[in-house]
Amino acid sequence: METTEAKNIIRVLIAKVGLDGHDRGVKIVARCLRDAGMDVIYTGLHRTPEEVVHAAVQEDVDVLGVSILSGAHMTIFPKIIELLRQNQADDIILVGGGVIPDDDVAELRKLGVAEILLQDTPPQTVADTIRDLVTQRAPR
Amino acid sequence: MLFVIKDIRTIVIPSTELVEPVLARNPRAIARLITRAESGDAECRPALEALYAHTGRAQVVGMTGVAGSGKSTLLDMLTVAARKTGRTVAVVAVDPSSPYSGGSILGDRIRMNQLSGDPDVFIRSMATRGALGGLARATHDAVDLLDAAGFDMVFIETVGVGQDEVDVVRAAHTIIVVSAPGLGDDIQAIKAGLLEIADVHVVSKCDRSDAAKTIKELRSMLTLDVDLNRKRAWPIPVLATSSEEAQGVQELLETIDRHRESLETTGEIVQRRRSIAETRVLQTAEAFLRGEFAKHRDGRVSALVERVMAREIDPHGAAQELIAGLQTEN
Ligand SMILES: Nc1nc2c(ncn2[C@@H]2O[C@H](COP(=O)(O)OP(=O)(O)OP(=O)(O)O)[C@@H](O)[C@H]2O)c(=O)[nH]1
Ligand SMILES: [Mg+2]
Repeated sequence: METTEAKNIIRVLIAKVGLDGHDRGVKIVARCLRDAGMDVIYTGLHRTPEEVVHAAVQEDVDVLGVSILSGAHMTIFPKIIELLRQNQADDIILVGGGVIPDDDVAELRKLGVAEILLQDTPPQTVADTIRDLVTQRAPR
Repeated sequence: MLFVIKDIRTIVIPSTELVEPVLARNPRAIARLITRAESGDAECRPALEALYAHTGRAQVVGMTGVAGSGKSTLLDMLTVAARKTGRTVAVVAVDPSSPYSGGSILGDRIRMNQLSGDPDVFIRSMATRGALGGLARATHDAVDLLDAAGFDMVFIETVGVGQDEVDVVRAAHTIIVVSAPGLGDDIQAIKAGLLEIADVHVVSKCDRSDAAKTIKELRSMLTLDVDLNRKRAWPIPVLATSSEEAQGVQELLETIDRHRESLETTGEIVQRRRSIAETRVLQTAEAFLRGEFAKHRDGRVSALVERVMAREIDPHGAAQELIAGLQTEN
């Protein structure tokens, strides 16, 4: 059956994991992704890796964007990657954001974070990067 | 749990192969099939058809009310209360799509975190994608799918509504209308259309000092509306809730269950089920027709328009010819 809305909209879950207490940045990114035509699920502040992964599975997102400003990225991202595997969901593209030193960026990429977008990345670049990552991935 | 025979991560699994995993309540399978239903892809129709045979068991509860009235917060607490009775719970939470980009920000999950990680709770956010009645077109499919997957209760949270967005009436068995103090000058914030559709009224945020006034006004409006109460075997209750210590939530759950019992004893449940089924049929038929018209726009439709322009045929006749053409074709 044909309907007028037969198209795939990119789904992105954006989460803030850790203790830092403001979400101005991720809200700007969320708006930009919406304006780029994506469905953005925003889950709020202070989420745990478990909460984020469960939400990503239930929402069937293409991309999981996790922002960390608290400095705990080297424990949180490996934890998220591990949980994605446990839930057979490591096809979900993991994108990191926040304040992360260069050395750690290299290490996180090796671990399986698809892309790291540092705090000053222009929102439009974030949208373009996400679209590219999803386009390159195998269909699902 | 690992029911997915093929690995959903590495290949495109045909929707029909997701049916069994959905029935076994595999979260990835459920989530993926909802996505496909949302995309309107014809490929998933046979799978949804197979699943429909397994529906009809869930208690479907709609929750509506103006933006910011506290629907998501209440659902979070209700889910906790329902889990304590041993029931499994699913939530479909709808938010509006941007009419400009077609994208959306779905924020209901911000308030729904108490049971994240519980395998017997499934929460799904959904954008309206241009649908106007307060739900998305795929909301019904998602509810059916979750029903088939064996969730005992399925809640639908509508977008924050005005008075016309009441499609939820034809999607759920029990309708809860949530109002909050301080959202309008007075009870007018509970728009006329919303007043009438409620099976249960909730005034949320009753920790606020102005809540008593809202409750009082709502109660007097309901008593004034004699018709509304005479029509029903079920007198419409007004409950007060608060997110502080989940006040009133247990009572709300019990009221929802009593309403369900009342529907069963009066037999009204049959009418409600029928009205949901009817809506499903008509909405799907409409979507189908819209799709067909779009498909033939440059061909058959265009040719008919030319004939109308030349006054060979009138618009009404052209429309009938167009539809007759579809019938012979399918
Ligand atoms: N004081 C108080 N605030 C509450 C209560 N329930 C919800 N809120 C607050 O009200 C705001 C809106 O709550 P939500 O649960 O998101 O309301 P909603 O109806 O789901 O909103 P939309 O989905 O945007 O229409 C939030 O800031 C909540 O923290 C309550 O019982 N008491
Ligand atoms: Mg909400």
